Amino acid sequence: MKDLDLWVFISVFQEMLGPFLWLLIGLAVSGLTLFLAIVLRERGLSSRRLVWAELVGIVGGVIALLIMWLVTHSGIGDAGGPIDWVLIAAIWTVGAIGTAILAYVALSLFASGDASARQGGRAST
Amino acid sequence: MNGRDAIRDESRRGLDRRKLLKMAMLAGTLPAMATRAAAEEPKVRTQARIVVAGAGAAGLAAASRLARRLDGASIILIDRRREHFYQPGFTLVGAGLKSPSYVISATKDYVPSGVTLIEEQVREFDPVGNKVVTESGRAVPYDYLIVATGLELAYAAIAGMDTALIGRDGIGSVYLSPEGAEATYRELSRFTDKGGVGLFGRPATEMKCAGAPLKYTFITDDILRRRGNRGKAELIYAAHNKVLFSVPIVAEKVRMLYADRGVKTVQDHVMTAIEPGKKIASFRTPTGTAEIKYDFINVVPPMRAPAAVRNSPLPWQSGPWAADGWIEVDRSNLRHTRFPNVFALGDVAGVPKGKTAASVKWQVPVAVDHLVAAIAGGRSQAAYNGYTSCPLITRIGRAMLVEFDYNDNLVPSFPGIIAPLEELWVTWIMKEVALKPTYTAMLRGLA
Repeated sequence: MKDLDLWVFISVFQEMLGPFLWLLIGLAVSGLTLFLAIVLRERGLSSRRLVWAELVGIVGGVIALLIMWLVTHSGIGDAGGPIDWVLIAAIWTVGAIGTAILAYVALSLFASGDASARQGGRAST
Repeated sequence: MNGRDAIRDESRRGLDRRKLLKMAMLAGTLPAMATRAAAEEPKVRTQARIVVAGAGAAGLAAASRLARRLDGASIILIDRRREHFYQPGFTLVGAGLKSPSYVISATKDYVPSGVTLIEEQVREFDPVGNKVVTESGRAVPYDYLIVATGLELAYAAIAGMDTALIGRDGIGSVYLSPEGAEATYRELSRFTDKGGVGLFGRPATEMKCAGAPLKYTFITDDILRRRGNRGKAELIYAAHNKVLFSVPIVAEKVRMLYADRGVKTVQDHVMTAIEPGKKIASFRTPTGTAEIKYDFINVVPPMRAPAAVRNSPLPWQSGPWAADGWIEVDRSNLRHTRFPNVFALGDVAGVPKGKTAASVKWQVPVAVDHLVAAIAGGRSQAAYNGYTSCPLITRIGRAMLVEFDYNDNLVPSFPGIIAPLEELWVTWIMKEVALKPTYTAMLRGLA
């Protein structure tokens, strides 16, 4: 067996996704940066926004799985062993966390009544 | 640090990295088909003339790696065909899941800078005179030669068979071309709507991806079931010998799965003729000629080395690979045993089992390392153990990741995580999503 390398790993993903890879990476990096900036600026998480983001995240995880099954001409019934369920859980988790972070950022940037939301969030914690 | 210590040290570091990357790749659903990029290694300065005959998977991957490892070499690729075919995708086209465009690209897109492409076919190999002659009569001398011409599909060796029949009257053949695979699906689709007898098999010769005919039988079974017509059809797999696959443990698993899916098997049936009008295929068997009537047939033709290779001094002179002209190479480094400046890679190499893209993936770095070492005046320790792999599709949405070596050992890349003989979705994902990018990276010498 030959050894593997991170560069190869990236080049395979680049072949797989083309420019979409960099779009996804850009989205993930900018989403995460904005999320951290918002948390630092507000010195904490707004639990109300977080709850909404988590709810969106649950749906986002399901959408990630649906996209995967659509793209690969397969479905949940094709899971045949433990590793398949691990993969399903991983795809859902990545989709859920990614969507939740983006949703939190979107709610922070665009939701009205931000201050009251934050206030309410703090009150509940 | 001497060379051997360096190799050991590299191998230790590589092992740790490999484990890490395997886990990462698993999370990302990528197969274990990637190696360290050749780009990291120091270039060897040379003015050697290297000819690579054939710009398929093996030829392009070899040219890319050579270009990355050599400085100043004259590397010449020779191939007439301008289109490049991603052959592992033919089965998916034949299953109606992908269009022909999925497997077609342009050869020139993968030709690395500094490599010259001659768009001709090699007509003559002259390993004594160290030159090849193209179809236009142009002599191309070399210091080193890599033969990667692929193989010839000998449809004419089946009496009554003609490639023009593919896509008509229930005759399919996934191997011919992207269009042939698409035409095969049209016939398959018709058959899975109406039912009847579906006939599958393989030739007695060495062949590309021996798992492909098995996969196609499974796919047919699955499509019939999805359309609610499995009860209307009988599926027969005609094995050319007494087993369904050359690796015994895999053959047993496929035997069990065929029993489960209701696929009938017959043994020692070598297809010799077809009567398209009557829809009858004839087979040579130990007890004489046998005929099987079909409504759909996936014809897998006998395969042999291209004529230019067969008519040269390069093939084996005796033994199991002599008759079809496969090139006589050392199985551990793909170097010709009589002409040490000649290597053979991919389908045309006379080694057991290795006629898949996965074989190419593992053969190319080894052969290139030996070639570069020869140029540098040293010796390479790299060795190829016959590793190849086959994501054996057992239904649309599931496959078994079968990896094995020359000795019929299973060599799973993910032991304890992805069981080699288990029908899994993750293996299907590898086949459908991850394999092509890995393959393309391989063509560019990056994997």
